[in-house]
Amino acid sequence: MKKENRTYWKGIEQLKNDKDFIKNAQNEFPEYLPIKGSSNNSRRDFLKMMGFGLSAATLASCEAPIKKAIPYVNKPVDIDATIPNYYASSYVSGSDYCSVLVKTREGRPIKIEANKLSHISGGGTSSQVEASVLSLYDKERLQNPFLNGKKSDWKEIDNYIFENLKFNSKSNKNNYIISNSAFSPSSQKVIQKFKAKYNFKHVQYDQVSYHGSLEANSKSFGLRKIPYYDFSKAKVIVSFDYDFLGSSINHTLFNNQFAKTRAVNSNKKTMSRLYSFESNLSLTGSNADYRIPIKSSEQVFYIASLYNLLAKKYGKTPIQFKNEIVDSNLSMIADDLINNFGSSIIVSSSNDEYVQIIINAINEILNNYNTTISFDTPYNLRNGNDYEFNKFIKDINNDNIGAVIFLNCNPAYDHALGSIISSKINDIPLSISTSDRMDETASLVKVIAPDNHYLESWNDYEPIKGFFSFSQPTISKLFNTRQFQESLLKWSEDDSDYFDFMKSNWKKLSKSEGINTNFQIFWDQCLHDGFYELKDKKTFSLNSEISNLLKNVSFWIDQNYSPSDGNELVLYLNSSVGDGIQANNPWLQEMPDPISRVCWDNYLSISSKLANELNLQIGDMTTQKLLLKLDSGKEYLIPAIVQPGQAEGTVGLALGYGRKKSGAVGNNVGQDAYEMIEFLKGYQSLTIKNIQLSNSNEEYRIAQTQTHHTIMGRESVIQETTLKKYVEDPNSGQYQMKIYTSKGYKKPEDISLWKGHKYNNHHWGLAIDLNACTGCGSCTIACQAENNIPVVGKDEVLNRREMAWIRIDRYYSSDADVHDLKGLEKASENPDVTFQPMMCQHCNNAPCETVCPVAATTHSTEGLNQMTYNRCIGTRYCANNCPYKVRRFNWFKYHDNEQFDKNSSMNNDLGKMVLNPDVTVRSRGVMEKCSMCIQRIQAGKLKAKKENRRLKDGDINMVCESSCPSNAMVFGDMNDPKSKISKYLKIKRKEENKLQVNEERAYNVLDELKVSPNIWYMRKIRNKKES
Amino acid sequence: MHVESKIRTPLITGGKSLHDVSNDISRRVEDKPSVSWLIALGLSLIMLLVGGYAVYRTLWDGIGMWGLNKTIGWAWDITNFVWWVGIGHAGTLISAILLLFRQRWRMSINRAAEAMTIFAVICAAMFPLLHMGRLWVGFFWALPLPNTYGSLWVNFASPLLWDVFAISTYFSVSLVFWYIGLIPDFATIRDRAVKAGRTISASVYGALSFGWNGAAKTWSRYETVALVLAGLATPLVLSVHTIVSMDFATSVIPGWHTTIFPPYFVAGAIFSGFAMVLTLLIITRKVYNLEDYITIKHLELMNIVIIVTGSIVGIAYITELFIAWYSGVEYEQYAFYNRVTGPYWWAYFSMMACNVVSPQLFWFKKIRTNIAATFIISIVVNIGMWFERFVIIVTSLHRDYIPSSWGMFYPTMYDVGMYLFSFGFFFTAYLLFSKYFPVINMAEVKSILKPTGETKKN
Repeated sequence: MKKENRTYWKGIEQLKNDKDFIKNAQNEFPEYLPIKGSSNNSRRDFLKMMGFGLSAATLASCEAPIKKAIPYVNKPVDIDATIPNYYASSYVSGSDYCSVLVKTREGRPIKIEANKLSHISGGGTSSQVEASVLSLYDKERLQNPFLNGKKSDWKEIDNYIFENLKFNSKSNKNNYIISNSAFSPSSQKVIQKFKAKYNFKHVQYDQVSYHGSLEANSKSFGLRKIPYYDFSKAKVIVSFDYDFLGSSINHTLFNNQFAKTRAVNSNKKTMSRLYSFESNLSLTGSNADYRIPIKSSEQVFYIASLYNLLAKKYGKTPIQFKNEIVDSNLSMIADDLINNFGSSIIVSSSNDEYVQIIINAINEILNNYNTTISFDTPYNLRNGNDYEFNKFIKDINNDNIGAVIFLNCNPAYDHALGSIISSKINDIPLSISTSDRMDETASLVKVIAPDNHYLESWNDYEPIKGFFSFSQPTISKLFNTRQFQESLLKWSEDDSDYFDFMKSNWKKLSKSEGINTNFQIFWDQCLHDGFYELKDKKTFSLNSEISNLLKNVSFWIDQNYSPSDGNELVLYLNSSVGDGIQANNPWLQEMPDPISRVCWDNYLSISSKLANELNLQIGDMTTQKLLLKLDSGKEYLIPAIVQPGQAEGTVGLALGYGRKKSGAVGNNVGQDAYEMIEFLKGYQSLTIKNIQLSNSNEEYRIAQTQTHHTIMGRESVIQETTLKKYVEDPNSGQYQMKIYTSKGYKKPEDISLWKGHKYNNHHWGLAIDLNACTGCGSCTIACQAENNIPVVGKDEVLNRREMAWIRIDRYYSSDADVHDLKGLEKASENPDVTFQPMMCQHCNNAPCETVCPVAATTHSTEGLNQMTYNRCIGTRYCANNCPYKVRRFNWFKYHDNEQFDKNSSMNNDLGKMVLNPDVTVRSRGVMEKCSMCIQRIQAGKLKAKKENRRLKDGDINMVCESSCPSNAMVFGDMNDPKSKISKYLKIKRKEENKLQVNEERAYNVLDELKVSPNIWYMRKIRNKKES
Repeated sequence: MHVESKIRTPLITGGKSLHDVSNDISRRVEDKPSVSWLIALGLSLIMLLVGGYAVYRTLWDGIGMWGLNKTIGWAWDITNFVWWVGIGHAGTLISAILLLFRQRWRMSINRAAEAMTIFAVICAAMFPLLHMGRLWVGFFWALPLPNTYGSLWVNFASPLLWDVFAISTYFSVSLVFWYIGLIPDFATIRDRAVKAGRTISASVYGALSFGWNGAAKTWSRYETVALVLAGLATPLVLSVHTIVSMDFATSVIPGWHTTIFPPYFVAGAIFSGFAMVLTLLIITRKVYNLEDYITIKHLELMNIVIIVTGSIVGIAYITELFIAWYSGVEYEQYAFYNRVTGPYWWAYFSMMACNVVSPQLFWFKKIRTNIAATFIISIVVNIGMWFERFVIIVTSLHRDYIPSSWGMFYPTMYDVGMYLFSFGFFFTAYLLFSKYFPVINMAEVKSILKPTGETKKN
């Protein structure tokens, strides 16, 4: 190989061995760099400065991240990010109860679901149950104990209470524990223990008293309990003002049972028949086949007359009284009851024990006891005793009380005699409240020992005898609160933990139940299910005293009841705010009343006749205030609305409003009606006679989410028939618009240029039974919680901008001819009512999809109409073109905006904890609507995928469907021939892309538009005698 | 030079010479602004400012500042949009269609009419922009631009997208057409400025005139371009409002879903456009003493167009009612029954009185040649046309299919403010135009002057 001789020079200088070059050869920069200018800064300095400047500017411009989240050092076993955990628990508020499942995400409860396993609540929820999760995150909850109006700590208040209790025990004044109905066995034991130590009396009351019924049962059968009603077994139900579908004891179960009797299909063509006598149009009345508007004060005459009709038939002594009523309705009912001997239920709202005795007598004559009504498993949910409470009031008035403890109750507000309590409470040496907020009672007491929220507490309940239920904490205490049981234990100088106390009770019970296995297994199972049912439910033998009791009834009726011409006020509980305990919950305040569709207010509901007499001027969203004068001299200014179906001579007003100290949301909304409740012979009456009404002519804006009330004869929206017709022809009541073509008449769905979407995998659908839907509205609140729907406040509802994704349209019937379009706008005096849940219909040929300029709303491969918020530019064209008007626009920014502070789930850090992390909080300027709970569909799919199987029916539930107490909705895959919905709708596949629904009752709303919705409605059937 | 029968009345009266024309028109540009002009401009700017506050609040707080609701998603916004677009039809109609039909009377009015068109189209375009919930993204998402989202594209099935194309095309063509017409006149002003030694004016108008030299070849090209653009613009006059009408016609809402809409909307657009041209020109000719250029004859001819189009619109209204009854469709029938007898009956009757009854007065020659009457009726017609759009949009939406959602619409201050804003813009722009641009096409008008010799002969 040739030797390499080539050399390389760095330059001519090296070749020449230049002196300067050699000198500088070892330096990094061999040449003298002439950059240095007039200043002394070198080029390097410049680069340094530049580098510093740049990095400093960069650093200064980015905010240092605030680390609010702290990662787990060791991840808890059962908490996985994004995976929800469910815990069985018990909703308890006032005297109300519901068995629930609590959905938690990353350790925060975000949603209350129905406990489908439990038999107590019928596998559904109510609006108040659904909303209670937001009450947990209410910033108005007390965050620490208070002593004499000042912030304190537990040690201080415990010492204060010890001292006072000791001092108090020397006096011989009476001591009271006041609470709503108590039905927790372990808490009862705690209370017993405390009572024993300090000599307290425990007085219970209910917001709406069941005293009369309880006393009647006590006298009739020797058991002071409300019996277990099984509406599912009843073929005829007669309700005298008893709103068992809306506001009664355990109405979620009643809804469920009632719906079972109303289900009609090709295999079961029978239905129960519901008669309702009432003053205000209630949910029960609006679901009744026959509704007879009566004055509440005359209820007794109807009841006694019905008794006499039956007594005549069965050879019993009739009740002699002056105002016997001869009414064709009554004889029709009597015949119906006789024909359905042993399978009917008669209920009344009356709080007069004598009236309830007649009710008991009717039920006894008809042999309903031990068939539809049972004392074997009576309710513990209503124990209030008006007489005992009156004694407490008497003691207060006589300054004869040493100490009083208000256990999670607020009688200063929700008891008729609350004003006496508030005025006298200062004179009681020791007054304690365990309220969760500075409410009307708590703000007056000396010591506030705030209780935990039920979602933070351990507890056990026995809502129905033999049926136990559990509460377990789903989140660590948010504030410095303490369960009242623990406080009572502490004050009884027992340092044991309430959880241990409760568990030890259950250890005893498990032994008596003969549980021989490991207690822990038993206990875990109880907590897992959320309930425990006694194996051996003892039967209660009925020894009826009714025939003796009836002897006094005649005299009582004649003495206490007489028909009057004057107007009377009938108070009631509505389905939204209810008893007012959760008045500070904006979801409930904005939930429209199922009947009147009014929200953010209570109001006098008056008949159109009375409105004319008073010259009430009603405009669009405006009305006038009436001056209401009670016999007692009290005067109120309350807005009025005209309520079709309101009985002549009666005026309705909802309880639960007009709170003064519930918090910023609920304060001063509406008028407090508790203080109007009257006492007749020692018991509470919600009927206030002899009221005077006059028009104050003061205008008032009233927010309604629906301002047109009749269906305008539109049979393609609401279809209905009667049972008789249905039995003859299952297609009866069908309205099928057909289009004439060259090949004769065709259904709109059969005419198309386009074959339609292809659904290769799933095709989701929802069927809604209008016959089962009672209009209670629990689905609307469930949807609000699940889908992060904002509350917009009264002013924005007045602007018709509420955001509900699912609404329940309520229509009244009209007497006018179908062609009299003006006449059809006016509802009947006593209308038939129809409820129609309305949400995005997920049309297969969706009119919204074609008009969006940016394709922000598109069709999914599974039949869903999807909304892409990120892409939406807010032209609102889709909403205009939606025939169902279900799209909702974000007119403002509803989150993090002071102007919408009532939207507490999005405007404070605490409230935001309730938001569902799976659902976006929408920004201003975008459209939104029902997504068919796409996040739940996705979760179901992921679950199936993880388990390496195909999705099966029941994996996915829409939230409205799962909250529905009457199971009115069926969701599922219409492509799957085995799914419940496929069977329910009798789906057959016609062609590749076409479903054929063969269920006779099923119809699409506005079928003739051929938008072909994936939501199906089942025609409503009324069980009328005439066809 | 234009040759015309002797028995025809001249289009330009007063025996104007070519120099008179240049003088009469250019003088307005060259003079100092008059006090009345300054006052008018001040008022327009105040309107713009007050309206601007409404725009600001709408953009800052949201569309909720308006009176819209869950049932009525469009009201004043789209009413104003359609109204302004309609007005914007007259200019191009006059300059393009009348050019093709060789209607030379258009020459003294087309400049102002086209300017009005351009400003009206800008006013119209404001509303679809400002009515968007998210203007900041909608501004460009509504355009079919390549993007980083993969295959994400605009929805070509949406009439709103057609609107985007229709209006932007119409606007660009109208603008070019107008501007090309302006070039020879700018050159005239430039030349006069050079002669008078006004250097700023000379350089500004010099730049605007694109170096126009008045050579025969330049004129030839000018006329060819004008003809080509007229050919392009003619279908646009018909298509723009057709497409705007499809916003409604392709929907499923009773009262919107109507095949009669395209011709009905186009007729309505010309109707309102001519009315607006009349309103503006009657003032302009009075203030600028242009009675010899815009003569009673011009006004009369425009009034005739108004009778014709007004009657077409009237027939369309009656046809709608007839078809609603004849169709037997429950919802369609109710929509029209409700239009006439429902809570918005007053809007329907305002529309009928203004659009159908008032133009019929022009059958009387005395009325159609009376300037005061023409002025009043031209305003009445535009009020009526605003109500027409309001009736179509709001009364159709407020009671559609599902009675539970029926509701009312009440405008807020901000709805009014937005409308005021568009007026503020329109008048400001028109005032600036009438001061700084020649309001009559000098070059064209010169071509229809009677030859000087003939004038002398008479």
